[in-house]
Amino acid sequence: MSVAKLEQLSQSVVQDPSLATGAIPTKDWMDIPVVFKPGNYAYPAKQDKVEYLNSQKGLNFPNAREWSPEDDDWKLPENWKEIIIDGLGERLEKFRSLKIFMDCCVRCGACADKCHFFLGTGDPKNMPVLRAELLRSVYRNDFTLAGRILGKMAGGREMTVGVLKEWFMYSYQCTECRRCSVFCPYGIDTAEVTMMLRELLHLVGIGINWILEPASNSNRTGNHMGLQPHTFKDNVDFLAEDVEGLTGVKIEPTFNRKGAEILFITPSADVFAEPGLYTAMGYLILFEHLGLDYTWSTYASEGGNFGLFTNNETMKKLNAKMYAEAERLGVKFIVGGECGHMWRVLHQYMDTMNGPADFLEVPKSPLTGTVFENSAATKMIHISEFTADLIKHGKLNLDKSRNSHVKATYHDSCNPARAMGLMDEPRYILDHVVDWVEMPENTIREQTFCCGSGTGLNTDEIMELRMRSGLPRANAVKYVEDKHGVNMLSCVCAIDRATLTSLMDYWNPNVGVCGITELVGNAIVLEGETRGELDEGLRTMVF
Amino acid sequence: MKYAFSFLAVIALILIAWLGSQIPGMQYFFGVAIPYLAVMVFLGGFIYQVVQWAKSPVPFSIQTTCGQAKSLDFVKHNRLESPHTTPEVVARMALEILTFRSLFRNTKSEVHAGPKITYESSKWLWLFALIFHYSFLVIVIRHMRLFLNPVPEVIAWLDWADSMFEIGTPALYMTDAGLLIGLLFLFSRRLTNRQVRYISLANDYFPLLLLIAIGVTGVLMRMFLRDGIDIAAIKQLGVGLVTFSPVITADIGSIFYIHLFLVCVLLVYFPFSKLMHLGGVFLSPTRNMKNDSRQIRHINPWNPEIKVHAYSAYEDEFREFMVDAGIPVEKEPEPTEETPAEAPA
Repeated sequence: MSVAKLEQLSQSVVQDPSLATGAIPTKDWMDIPVVFKPGNYAYPAKQDKVEYLNSQKGLNFPNAREWSPEDDDWKLPENWKEIIIDGLGERLEKFRSLKIFMDCCVRCGACADKCHFFLGTGDPKNMPVLRAELLRSVYRNDFTLAGRILGKMAGGREMTVGVLKEWFMYSYQCTECRRCSVFCPYGIDTAEVTMMLRELLHLVGIGINWILEPASNSNRTGNHMGLQPHTFKDNVDFLAEDVEGLTGVKIEPTFNRKGAEILFITPSADVFAEPGLYTAMGYLILFEHLGLDYTWSTYASEGGNFGLFTNNETMKKLNAKMYAEAERLGVKFIVGGECGHMWRVLHQYMDTMNGPADFLEVPKSPLTGTVFENSAATKMIHISEFTADLIKHGKLNLDKSRNSHVKATYHDSCNPARAMGLMDEPRYILDHVVDWVEMPENTIREQTFCCGSGTGLNTDEIMELRMRSGLPRANAVKYVEDKHGVNMLSCVCAIDRATLTSLMDYWNPNVGVCGITELVGNAIVLEGETRGELDEGLRTMVF
Repeated sequence: MKYAFSFLAVIALILIAWLGSQIPGMQYFFGVAIPYLAVMVFLGGFIYQVVQWAKSPVPFSIQTTCGQAKSLDFVKHNRLESPHTTPEVVARMALEILTFRSLFRNTKSEVHAGPKITYESSKWLWLFALIFHYSFLVIVIRHMRLFLNPVPEVIAWLDWADSMFEIGTPALYMTDAGLLIGLLFLFSRRLTNRQVRYISLANDYFPLLLLIAIGVTGVLMRMFLRDGIDIAAIKQLGVGLVTFSPVITADIGSIFYIHLFLVCVLLVYFPFSKLMHLGGVFLSPTRNMKNDSRQIRHINPWNPEIKVHAYSAYEDEFREFMVDAGIPVEKEPEPTEETPAEAPA
């Protein structure tokens, strides 16, 4: 899909009539049908991927088929409506959040202009309140007294194929970033609504390939890239060789090693693609510097969890590998790498779904003796918590000047910020390894803007949409680029490293993207190193 | 259109009460039967709704953290925005419910040429929502003097404090003004703010207009249409209602019945509408949960039994590759065909 030129899109965002730029549609939103055309939808999941997932014990992905959003006929099962309404009823009984969020909204509009998709597209249905109304209208019609009696007058509407199509369109134009929930006076969280919509759609065989293929890969090969064990190992070994080339220090990472003290799990993208590779090199350097007794796993080789974007059953099944592997290898605790949604799963879901992890010990840093009480139950700590503690105790030999080619800013990833409260640990680390500045206050910490492509939306066929929804983030980076000469956007998220790179290339081509641990790794002075001048840190090409 | 419809509905309700209360004998219907019915529906509906919510479990710990979590010793914990203990949650909820903390954060975003997106603080909604809700609360408490004999000190004091500026005769209650000003702001905002206008339903206009009508009829009764407003008779009815011995001893003006009827409509409407945010705000999982989900296990009562894709299955599929790559395996590969499986004895 070709993407609009920068000038075109820049003008379009500001001038095209939209609710964001001041034009109010003349028709009621319920009367505006969705129209699918190339570029505004992500490709449907391939039939064999859906069938594979459906064949897995505990998962339910029925009605696999070939279909296209652009066709009138989506080949829905005959009783699709019954499936949807029953599915909604079941979820209302399982999730108090859903019931409360359906009943309590007063449509005050505080969330309306908080959504990056709304700011970038101006589409009224991208206001969080309307995204929820897409479901709420059906809920009212079928599950509330007022709706049953008054119908449309009470804001209810019949479940139709048109409504279903609308659900597909807009539940895949939400990245579950939860920014709206910060501003809502009742804490209504659109992520919950989007998750429910996606769960319901899967019941009638509607999903996107960019999510379901990685989910099935994660199940089978252990990681979403589909890397088989030997390939995964090769990739990490290549990175270790690169580190040796840069520093002269030979690193020999281990895999699936029983008896290691720590199991390290990070998103597989970090061992596979730029610029995540440099973050992975940072991990290797950091652990080598510490002489840490740790192992990688090829079986649990994915930190990310595409189940979070699918349904809670898939999330549980994929996540279960972490504890299964930790128990098999007999490690004491788990350290998790930099990733956004992965950490939402680890912080808010893992222990509930797959705990208790009583075969592990409360994490205790072997270097500083710090006991991580905040992870006493899950036994899994964030690499930034681990690193910040090391720096505080002076355990790292850091040379900040090695990052003098970098003027950084810091992007709070949605989930660590709003679903975990991990905000100051990365900042503490940055203070010690690089010269950096904050972006404007309405765009950081709990108010941070999504990269625009989270929850499995970082697929190329919707590139224009991604560039639009990423605009609020890109715009804040532009602000510090112009004002402070920022040339690097640092973050603690693997999806960010992939998606912000596209976003920066488009809106702010002079700004790169890196993980925090890349900067840490580059600043570390390794024992016995023979490192020369590396103008671009770990990114320097040396042959 | 949606506001016009709501407007007509409120007018119709006023007409029903006005005309109805003038029919001989119907005073008891509007003054006694309807209020009892309304209170029963309100209480029953409210409890039903809360029970319905409470029946659904909270499977996952989904707090929205709006500040730094409790972490390492040297990282400053934001106890209000990322509460870790029950008292901290109570404090967060108190701020939310008593001061509308989240609404206070509100910003207004605009897209300018460039493109350049700006965010500016926008506290009007917060301010007028606060004025409206507190005025309403005080008004409800003040009205208790009509139901209690003797009037508790605190209510008498509230009554005095509310009218202490002595504007007009009888003195205008500040909260009456606050209520109406707040409601008018909220209503006009629905018409003028383009985003809010587009999302507003009849369900949004109707309660605003109903409340405005209640406020206006109340003020009219107190300040202007005082003919036939026999406060002693009204109080006797009020006290009679709560002691289950209601009597209507005098002809009370229609404006009273209109006011009362609209309040009854509000009570009946309440549990089946968005007004239940009064109850829901206490139960919102993103706000009322502790951010301690890595420290203390949260239990999901319906946690499904789902087995992991087992390591053994994984190794079975990739064993040879793993052995070739020097990755440790649990089970050595089967001997290849070169060595016969069944060696002759």
